[in-house]
Amino acid sequence: MQGIRHLLTTSLLNVTAVSKSYAANRVLSHVNLTLSRGEILALLGENGAGKSTLIKILTGAVRPDAGTVMLDGNPIVHGNTALARHLGVAVVYQELSLCNHLTVEDNIMLGREQQRLGILDRQTQRKIAVEALAKLGQPESWLDRRVSSLSIGQKQLVEIARAIAQNAKILILDEPTSSLSQQDARQLFDVVRRLQSQGLGVIYISHFLEEVRSLCSSYLVLRDGTVAGSGQLQDTTPRELLKLMAGRDIEQLYPARKQRQGECRLELRALCGHPWPDNISLTINRGEILGLAGLVGSGRTELLRTLYGLDPRRTGDIFIDQRRRSKSQDPADRIRAGVAMISEDRKQEGLAQSMSIKDNMTLSDMRPFSLFGWLNETKRDQCCHELKEKFSIKALSCDVPIWTLSGGNQQKVALARAVHQKGTIWLLDEPTRGIDVGTKAELYRWMAELAEKGDSLLFVSSYFQELLATCDRIAVISQGKLVEVRPTEQWTEHELMQYAMQGRA
Amino acid sequence: MLRSLITPLVLGAIYLLLSLLVYGGYCLDVSWETRSCSLAGWLVGLVILFVGVVVLKKHIHAPSPTLIRWVPIKQADQIVGILGPMLVLGLVVSLFAMADAYRNFQGNFWSLPSFRLIMLQTSVVSIAALGMTLIIASGGIDLSSGTALALSGVVLGLGLEADLPFVAAALLCVTCGTLCGAINGTLISFMKLPPFIITLGSMTIFLGIGKMIATDGGTVKPPAGSIPNWIADMVTLFPDPAWIAYPLLPNVAWGIWFVFGLAILAAATLNRTVFGRHIFAIGSSESTARLCGIPIARTKIVIYTLAGFLVGIGGVFQFARLSQGDATAGVGLELRIIAAVVIGGASLSGGRGSIIGTLCGAAIMSVIKLGCTALGLGNQLEDILLGTIIIAAVAVDQWRVRSQSASPN
Repeated sequence: MQGIRHLLTTSLLNVTAVSKSYAANRVLSHVNLTLSRGEILALLGENGAGKSTLIKILTGAVRPDAGTVMLDGNPIVHGNTALARHLGVAVVYQELSLCNHLTVEDNIMLGREQQRLGILDRQTQRKIAVEALAKLGQPESWLDRRVSSLSIGQKQLVEIARAIAQNAKILILDEPTSSLSQQDARQLFDVVRRLQSQGLGVIYISHFLEEVRSLCSSYLVLRDGTVAGSGQLQDTTPRELLKLMAGRDIEQLYPARKQRQGECRLELRALCGHPWPDNISLTINRGEILGLAGLVGSGRTELLRTLYGLDPRRTGDIFIDQRRRSKSQDPADRIRAGVAMISEDRKQEGLAQSMSIKDNMTLSDMRPFSLFGWLNETKRDQCCHELKEKFSIKALSCDVPIWTLSGGNQQKVALARAVHQKGTIWLLDEPTRGIDVGTKAELYRWMAELAEKGDSLLFVSSYFQELLATCDRIAVISQGKLVEVRPTEQWTEHELMQYAMQGRA
Repeated sequence: MLRSLITPLVLGAIYLLLSLLVYGGYCLDVSWETRSCSLAGWLVGLVILFVGVVVLKKHIHAPSPTLIRWVPIKQADQIVGILGPMLVLGLVVSLFAMADAYRNFQGNFWSLPSFRLIMLQTSVVSIAALGMTLIIASGGIDLSSGTALALSGVVLGLGLEADLPFVAAALLCVTCGTLCGAINGTLISFMKLPPFIITLGSMTIFLGIGKMIATDGGTVKPPAGSIPNWIADMVTLFPDPAWIAYPLLPNVAWGIWFVFGLAILAAATLNRTVFGRHIFAIGSSESTARLCGIPIARTKIVIYTLAGFLVGIGGVFQFARLSQGDATAGVGLELRIIAAVVIGGASLSGGRGSIIGTLCGAAIMSVIKLGCTALGLGNQLEDILLGTIIIAAVAVDQWRVRSQSASPN
């Protein structure tokens, strides 16, 4: 009777009334999810909505306080991630877990090496690995290449191949495209569609709504640990999805801007670093948002770091407000000149994780509170409280350590610090990476306000849509060189990609 | 305004209560019953404080909106920061005291002379550990503090041999310590080598210099009568009772009060100055500190130089205790200094450190030493216990770091 019921049901994964709390923090509450064979479900939600906890419950790493998870009729039990993997749950995380020094074949078979009496059975292994790659439509020639020689997109496919080789029935992809070029992303989508046609169930987590619409069939939105909405993607609009995710109506993601530009504030002349940037000359005017487009690893971060004085400069000049600043490569000098930098990796370089919100906010400029070095804590408290309100940072007090905050809130603290140090030239390196949609909209609006006030912004992003919607001019950087800079109206997404990839038209 | 009074009020109340309880056990000629009662009261107080600290700690990491009106996070943090290490010290003291009570207080552990001895034995390590706290909080380490201390003592002895007045010789000693610190700081800032390696080298160098300039086979015995009485009083076990408000404050040598004064200055520097914020920032995330325009090299040099200054003062203390300068007396001292800081709750990876914790850590080591002697246990057990405590302290620190990175983010 059970067996017939199994055959009749097409539902692959059944998550029923799952709840989970960490101490007083209610992370998941009565979450229901179903996934069928051949269905690609988009799992949407802001950071902190509970997505990663839900995934960890699916893989058996975390025990839910209530509810059940059934995969093909078999329950997934906490504490037994091997069982979950055996039952067919596979996750590919943003930070890939591959052994760089081993070959593709070794990585695919990692943990499931075939052996005969203790001796590695290379023939059977190769067969399984070839089959896995074939299911993805990838060439067999990859098998003997070392993983370190592959691109990020290819490495990701190797991880998916590993999941296939382990007979995964469900593939969970966690933010797979955030470090991929557009071309690699397209390749990934082809692979996912292939797997879909082979009967695999896919859960796709992403912040990029456009790609979700093009790839996925159904959606489930988590907000504050509960299911805010679910259904078929064709029956809904992006604006409705945003509303479900943020809990309020976000009229538009990108604000309308009045362009108003003034004199030149920052000028780079033939700036060369070790080895990047490579002979870059740029100017940025007052009230302008200049976008820096390019592929991951094209040298944009290096340009910002050399500009800011974190990396040494080889030759070339930096002029801020017509004064040559390149003699001293010192962030303190740039801060005095009014430059504020938000770096790419804010966990490592942007926030001191063990210190409080208050400390992080005031770290770059303590002069208003210091009397010959002695701190006026009341003034500091006041200042931080004001900044906390202004940026609507969700925390009960300014004295809590910063690691207790969510990613979006942490980013806000970094921005608050830059505001506190009275920055007027902003170097923003991927500021929206890993940020939830609600905070993103706030960020774009705030950037527009800054530009209208007269600040200049240098905006690095790997997401062309974002740049096209927010910037006045866009410069394309490739291999450390400046390829082309044009006003935004004269760019198309296709052209941006071409220039970024090929370094020329 | 009222909020900032919470911490001193709470701590003051606790201090008064405990000293009333403990006073019963202070004097040597008090009956067993009185001593046991005061010990029992002390234990009850410890348990209550422990519960309070646990509640406050939970409040800090997951602030409850109801509690936050009465105890803001900053005050909760301060109270936990001060009480936490003192509770551990209290626990260790209680264990030995209870063991001693079981043996009818034969070892006289729970008494004022023992208390004085513990304070004195801690003094040298404590002073140097104040500086080490700053260094470790900034993410560095200084293995040469022990031998630099000994070298400073040798310089003091030489100064006395050259017929300098004691104050001048002491100034020379402090200068020597400061110079050692400055050398360390400069080397660490400009050579891109880990502080561990550089101070390992300078440790051996200072030892060599000390042995080279000492006149009497590694030691320098000052001429008779060159050590003034007030220096001997600084570290005496039998202070004149008239000079302090006994029994409200414990009656110990004035040197101990000097150490407390230094500790207060060090704590103020670490917690209430811009320099202190810079220290923690560099220790917590040096790249973030650089991004914020903090002058890393200059700050590090100042940290090590300041620590060297404190090592110099420690050298004066050690000279007073040994009545001679001994170049080899510093070997192994740096490990005790570092252990004091680690037991006190500082993280070896930087970003965290507290002066109270360091003092309690140094005291814990002396308590173990004295407790084992009072109970008649051997030297070996001392070392084993000490080693266990150090491992436990680092394990607790690692667990705290791990639970920090495992938060659902």
